[in-house]
Amino acid sequence: MQQGGNRQTEKLMLERSVPGRVGVVLPDLDVPAQPLPDNALLRDDLALPELSEPELVQYFTGLSLKNFSIDTHFYPLGSCTMKYNPKINDEVAFSPGFASIHPMQPAEHSQGALELLHKLQGFLGEITGLPAVSLATLAGAHGELGGMLMIRAHHLANGDTTRTKVAIPDSAHGTNPASAAMAGFDVVELASDEQGNVDLNALRAVSGPDLAGVMITLPSTLGLFDTHIVEVCNIVHEAGGLVYGDGANMNALLGRVKLGDLGFDVAHLNLHKTFSTPHGGGGPGAGPVCCTNQLAPYLAAPIVSQNGDSYEFSTPAKSIGKLSGFHGNFGVLVRAYTYIRTLGDAGIKSISGNAVLSANYMMNALRGVYHLPFDRTCMHEAVFSADFQKERGSSGLEIAKRLLDYGFHAPTMYFPLIVHEALMIEPTESETKETIDAFIQALIDIDQEVTDDKDLVNNAPHTTPVARLDEAKAARQPDLRWQPEAAD
Amino acid sequence: MSPDDRKYTEEHEWVMIDGSDDGTAIAGITEYAQDQLGDIVFFELPKIGDSVAHLGKMGEVESVKAVSDLFSPINGTVTEINEKLLDHPELVNEDPFGEGWIIKVAMADVTELDSLMSSQDYDTFIAGL
Amino acid sequence: MTATRPNTPIANEGHFQSHYIPSTVDEQSEMLSALGIDNIDQLFADIPVEFRNPHLDLPAPLSELEIQQELGRMASKNRAMGSGPSFLGAGSYNHFIPSIIKSLITRGEFITAYTPYQAEASQGTLQVIYEFQTLICNLYGMEVANAGMYDGATSLAEAALMACRVTKREKVALADSISPAYIDVIRTYCQSQDIAVEIVDPSNPALGEETACLVLQYPNYFGYIEDLEALVDATHVQGALAVVSCDPTAMGMLQTPGHYGADIVTGDGQPLGIPVSYGGPYVGLFATKQEYIRQMPSRLSGRTIDKNGKTGYVLTLQTREQHIRRERATSNICTNEALYALASTIYMAAMGKQGMKQVAELCYHKSHYAAAQIASLPGYSLPIDKPFFQEFVVQCPSSPTDINKKLIDLNILGGLDVSEKIPDGMLLCVTEMNSKDDIDALVAALSELK
Repeated sequence: MQQGGNRQTEKLMLERSVPGRVGVVLPDLDVPAQPLPDNALLRDDLALPELSEPELVQYFTGLSLKNFSIDTHFYPLGSCTMKYNPKINDEVAFSPGFASIHPMQPAEHSQGALELLHKLQGFLGEITGLPAVSLATLAGAHGELGGMLMIRAHHLANGDTTRTKVAIPDSAHGTNPASAAMAGFDVVELASDEQGNVDLNALRAVSGPDLAGVMITLPSTLGLFDTHIVEVCNIVHEAGGLVYGDGANMNALLGRVKLGDLGFDVAHLNLHKTFSTPHGGGGPGAGPVCCTNQLAPYLAAPIVSQNGDSYEFSTPAKSIGKLSGFHGNFGVLVRAYTYIRTLGDAGIKSISGNAVLSANYMMNALRGVYHLPFDRTCMHEAVFSADFQKERGSSGLEIAKRLLDYGFHAPTMYFPLIVHEALMIEPTESETKETIDAFIQALIDIDQEVTDDKDLVNNAPHTTPVARLDEAKAARQPDLRWQPEAAD
Repeated sequence: MSPDDRKYTEEHEWVMIDGSDDGTAIAGITEYAQDQLGDIVFFELPKIGDSVAHLGKMGEVESVKAVSDLFSPINGTVTEINEKLLDHPELVNEDPFGEGWIIKVAMADVTELDSLMSSQDYDTFIAGL
Repeated sequence: MTATRPNTPIANEGHFQSHYIPSTVDEQSEMLSALGIDNIDQLFADIPVEFRNPHLDLPAPLSELEIQQELGRMASKNRAMGSGPSFLGAGSYNHFIPSIIKSLITRGEFITAYTPYQAEASQGTLQVIYEFQTLICNLYGMEVANAGMYDGATSLAEAALMACRVTKREKVALADSISPAYIDVIRTYCQSQDIAVEIVDPSNPALGEETACLVLQYPNYFGYIEDLEALVDATHVQGALAVVSCDPTAMGMLQTPGHYGADIVTGDGQPLGIPVSYGGPYVGLFATKQEYIRQMPSRLSGRTIDKNGKTGYVLTLQTREQHIRRERATSNICTNEALYALASTIYMAAMGKQGMKQVAELCYHKSHYAAAQIASLPGYSLPIDKPFFQEFVVQCPSSPTDINKKLIDLNILGGLDVSEKIPDGMLLCVTEMNSKDDIDALVAALSELK
């Protein structure tokens, strides 16, 4: 038997289409046919495939086998928190009582959904220490946009029209500056100090009457808890600014510390990272925004309120408005609720403990083999540099690609930008010690390969469905859809 | 060694008077710059007639995973752009000092070139990076 | 059950053995000793001690059995679309979903994969996105489509922002016949960017030289088919872009926005095999002309070759995106709705050339049958005399909200009350899911309600 099945997937659907085949049989029209509109309003042709159901199932199953995934491979992508995605979560989200309810149906016929949302608001407010919550934003970056619009609205409501700048550490995800810019702010980059913390002098230098706020990822993308964090919040607050928290790395902090206690004013969470909802190959996610009571009036609409025994949607008094078509990514919210309810108070804290323990265990085992630019206790992820290997002729990219041959997904590479040849590794709490040990051994073996057989590493991967792809060709002559004339 | 028939900036552009003797300069990016950028996939260039200013942004160059600003080495008005780059940006990787030139500019003051780096100065500059 | 769980103290920290976390107490001790410490809490020493280990007021853990029971109780308080005749649409549509979609999208290889940045390990997802881009282009009659946005509302807002970038203008004109939710979301997106939002009457849209785009919905929010040809032409005369939010189901039948020269076409992909799910997750559709490709937001999958000459797919033109261009990116979007782009790709393929047309025709004939039956009832009329697709407005003899309350007592989910826009107007939606019996039951019920 060929590994991974042998259904052919090379031909695209329109290439394999055979006139007359159907993938679905629909019922006959059971009402009298009605007059059609003017022919000019109707289209002539619709180029969609003609394929039968078995062909479709085989094609898509075949394609799925060309992916690495959490269920099939260890996937230690730093900053992405690729933890196990519980199956019960999907089952619940797809059940008719949740999946088949219409977003505009009356509240009295959606009380179960509203109760779930209200309770989830409460859970997330408790976990972050930021008690007011809107679930309406659809991804992490979407939450960032919402949070930054709230900061803008807060300053404007105070008649503070000069606060145009937002300071963001140089280690931040690209979404931070992009979201701040979408919210109308000018971005100022903040340097990190030698310990990987925010450079307080750099922060003081930008903290003036034009500072709207800062965006801080905690722990930082270096996988480190910023030991100055309380002072960072104080400096910004004294200057009249607000502190935004990027919750992408919350897996490290669950139950260990609350962002609100540290002085954060508003933060988003990535339910598709910390709260186990599946990434789906790039989404859907959900990026709820949590904030202080002071900022609560600005939250994106809608939020869920309790009114006696019943629940209803409401719009906060000074809301920045709607950011999505309906009420948020409900199916994702159901999954996160299920996860938090399953783990409960003890389990939530057990996540961060085990995630941080695994990351430190791995970091410790690889110390000396791979360069550690910030050699201190890490949180949920460890950031190495491939500088040692680069000196011998293999870059971080090549080591990452070689890991694929060992059956491990590559770590995050070349990020954060301030670490040369960065390899950012996040094992998560849901991997066994055996897997982590095997991964450590693979990285040690690859280091040896760099010395013994550099070409083996530099031409990797050798075992994946395709070898390294010509990205320059893809960008110079973009081929973004199949067209008949382009076919062979 | 960078060619000694032209001048250089710290932003890794080169510039030289073209043969026409009417104050038109031709400019591009250096070998060092193309090597740092890697495979170039796209140029965003100014339009003919646009004014450009010394070390002012005049366009962008994209590689697969980076975007960099292009700065004008001189003051003047754009008289021509290298249209070939729109379809074949790789010309700059292949021949940055020749076929991969980027723009031609009518200079306001040709003596401006005197303030730029010589090839020798530029080579010393990049050796220190 | 809670009582039987192990609660072994480990180094001053209560141990909880979750079925999602493999490490046992012994393994934790082994890892701790490798680090030369005896206590997990020591790993958190960088957290200021006064804030460390706060009280966490969350409920106790539940077993899977208990979770199923709790969520089952919550779900039972919600009325599902399938539990009786349902005629609510207004941006979220009840359509038939072939079984293969859930079966395929819940395969671990798809649902538990990350964004396909590591191309060699993500060829499945990347080829799916390429298929999605191809089929969306064909559906809308456009040249390029991206890998998807969050939903129909955010797609349209991003299209309005893109039109401003392309035209270097700062005013967007929205037809008053687009969804009120879409208008709200566009306003939220534009509020901080000094972009003026103007609501115009599509029968006479006053556009000027400052207008970046005219934003239309097709069919419009009330279900009716705008004169796209004239509106697109009028927009182009002003040097503005025509932005059209388009119901993909209608494309089984109606002429495409691309045919009329639309510059950016967006939509909500929900009708393409995605459950209504109380409003999300859906997928935003986004297509445009080749010339505007570098101003497009969100991911693109491109076909290329590997170093051995074999065909493969990669994320491409990434310099537009936030992870490279940061504050100058075309959008901040990162995570989108890839799993539901997959669902809609499977849907379009399963329905195929014939099925998409058939679904559209079923919706068309059934909704027109329903409209004709209701219009024949005393007190009810159709206030808008334009061609429509699957939604239409009925003028009721009394408040539509009151009528809906009586309908739901009969287990019929009525249409949306749009009386703010159209006096006593109810926006009804009829799809292939509504049998003739459903429609006749609605008509019979309405005839009793005045």
